[in-house]
Amino acid sequence: MGLERRIRVLVAKPGLDGHDRGAKVMVRALRDAGMEVIYTGIRQTPEQVVEAAVQEDVDVVGLSILSGAHMTLFPKITRLLKERGMGDVLVIGGGIIPEEDILALKQAGIAEVFGPGTPIQTIVKYINENVQMKKEL
Amino acid sequence: MFDKQKLTSIVKEQERWERDTLNKTLARFPERQPEFTTVSGMPIQRLYTPMNVEDLDYAEDLGFPGEFPFTRGVYATVYRGRLWTMRQYAGFGTAEESNQRYKYLLEQGQTGLSVAFDLPTQIGYDSDHSIASGEVGRVGVPVSSLRDMEILFDGIPLDKVSTSMTINSTAPQVLAMYIALAEKQGVPLSKVAGTVQNDILKEYVARGTYIYPPEASMRLAVDIIEYCQKNAPRFNAISVSGYHMREAGATAVQELAFTLANGIAYVEAAMKRGLPIDDFAPRVSFFFACHNDFFEEIAKFRAARRLWAKIMKERFGAKDLSSMLLRYHVQTSGCTLTAQQPYNNIVRVTMQALAAVLGGAQSLHTNSFDEALALPSETAVITALRTQQIIAHESGVTNTVDPLCGSFFVESLTNKIEEEAMEYIQKVDAMGGAMAAIQRGFYQKQIADSAYEYQKDVEGKERIVVGVNEFITEAKVPIKLLKVDPEAERRQVERLRRVRAERDGKKVKEALEKLRKAADGNDNLMPFMLKAVKAYATNGEISDTLREAFGEYKAETIV
Repeated sequence: MGLERRIRVLVAKPGLDGHDRGAKVMVRALRDAGMEVIYTGIRQTPEQVVEAAVQEDVDVVGLSILSGAHMTLFPKITRLLKERGMGDVLVIGGGIIPEEDILALKQAGIAEVFGPGTPIQTIVKYINENVQMKKEL
Repeated sequence: MFDKQKLTSIVKEQERWERDTLNKTLARFPERQPEFTTVSGMPIQRLYTPMNVEDLDYAEDLGFPGEFPFTRGVYATVYRGRLWTMRQYAGFGTAEESNQRYKYLLEQGQTGLSVAFDLPTQIGYDSDHSIASGEVGRVGVPVSSLRDMEILFDGIPLDKVSTSMTINSTAPQVLAMYIALAEKQGVPLSKVAGTVQNDILKEYVARGTYIYPPEASMRLAVDIIEYCQKNAPRFNAISVSGYHMREAGATAVQELAFTLANGIAYVEAAMKRGLPIDDFAPRVSFFFACHNDFFEEIAKFRAARRLWAKIMKERFGAKDLSSMLLRYHVQTSGCTLTAQQPYNNIVRVTMQALAAVLGGAQSLHTNSFDEALALPSETAVITALRTQQIIAHESGVTNTVDPLCGSFFVESLTNKIEEEAMEYIQKVDAMGGAMAAIQRGFYQKQIADSAYEYQKDVEGKERIVVGVNEFITEAKVPIKLLKVDPEAERRQVERLRRVRAERDGKKVKEALEKLRKAADGNDNLMPFMLKAVKAYATNGEISDTLREAFGEYKAETIV
């Protein structure tokens, strides 16, 4: 009570792709929307992304990828998160992701995939409505 | 350029026009918005008159094409002599599939090749490295060894086609493979034409395919410049690129300024190596984006030519006119393409390509309409190539040189872009040059700010993006996308293992040891690279050898 915990988000760039315009815009936009946002920087392995999520104790992980390696990297991240006891974290993705891959990604634990041109407010609203805030002590 | 008396009367006439005509119109029909700006946020006036360019001196500021300051074009006849090179960036799956695509594009009238390498190749990992898993053949073709290069250019004689290769931190080994292949084909190096991007500075700013710390990377970049100057006179040893910074969010002015500031850094580094300016500067080339704002882009290209010519002449004392030429490739802007209503992208690409041609580009890639969704399908890439051919052969814009010269608006915008870019270059100089400015995060911060401003404008509908924030339709258009064969990675890994098994391991080891030793000294590393790739040492092995010598760079994240 009193102090409300702000939503903590990790924005991550898994894989070798260095195109992070979208990731950086999301970092700023989510901060402007009142969330606490940590950005991993580019070229992170799934292990590094998950380690950062654990260390920062985040509620949301936002993955951005434009290289086409999402089918390999996204499921690996959700699996590692579960293994680290972070299965309740809301994991969302964005980038150049063909529609036909989205169903498989959802089955692998990606809650939602946001394609190019998605309004920022759509993503903010989605996070607010779907995040399960970790219980405060 | 104008008679003073006539200018005075124009000012008077304009005042009268505002009173008698304009104000009446404005009273009845207010303008759509309080301020009009370019896509980069540069304010645009309602009307341009001779007053906007009253100080313009034709001989000094514009001159004649093929002569200083090259505002009107780098060659005397521009497209009347020879059309630009139509060069579609392509590569995916494996060397076999990419080779097929190149042959198809050449059959369809493409006039040069442009190789897209996959990310592991660009960052110095072999296709079977664990970090490469899922990335092999995704955004380009995997080239782990000379064997892949041989297959990639199978049936394509290297003396008949010029090849541009988008490769930076691993440019030395990839260029060495290309040279080794030319030798195998029996083509003398003096006849091999093309370009290696070899622009590592911008990788620290955008795109991110760096490996080593900046100083070591600069050494490799200059090794290539020096090697090409001495051995491959028809090869552009560097393509200083603004494209990726623009795509990351830079404005037109920032793109131009940061590109030329990086160009200055490479010229200085090569001069420091002891290369005489007029020996290497003619082989320095450039690469820019062409975004949506038609006149801003045309003005940018004209300003770029003039500014670079002045820098080369005045700052570096170049004497040879060809050292002053800003020759450049253009790619239409990927970030303007929309996943929504993808066929609209054909129109965007057409307008951008037209601006690139009116701006005087030497080489052009037109994006495919499906690129916000996947790598280009064959249908999409042919439409993109046909767009260039239609502009070249049907539109008539190639009939005369620099057709927009003398437009009060275009000349005024050209001046303004040059001025503002120069201010940025001076700022970069004051920070100690491009590398220092990048290490301080100056470019990165400026670009991230511009990107966020742009996004906020789109969100607030201050900028309309057709099909995205206005004129939205729910109906989906059926579109057949290219799918990279998931088996490609496995086939590539198999081939790589075969190469490793079949080659002379002792020769590889020796070549890598020599390279390692040379890396500790000051010798040009290119001859050592050549020895290594000819022994079928892999890209990853060579990169690891240099990682050991130079260390790896860890970038600070700047949001």
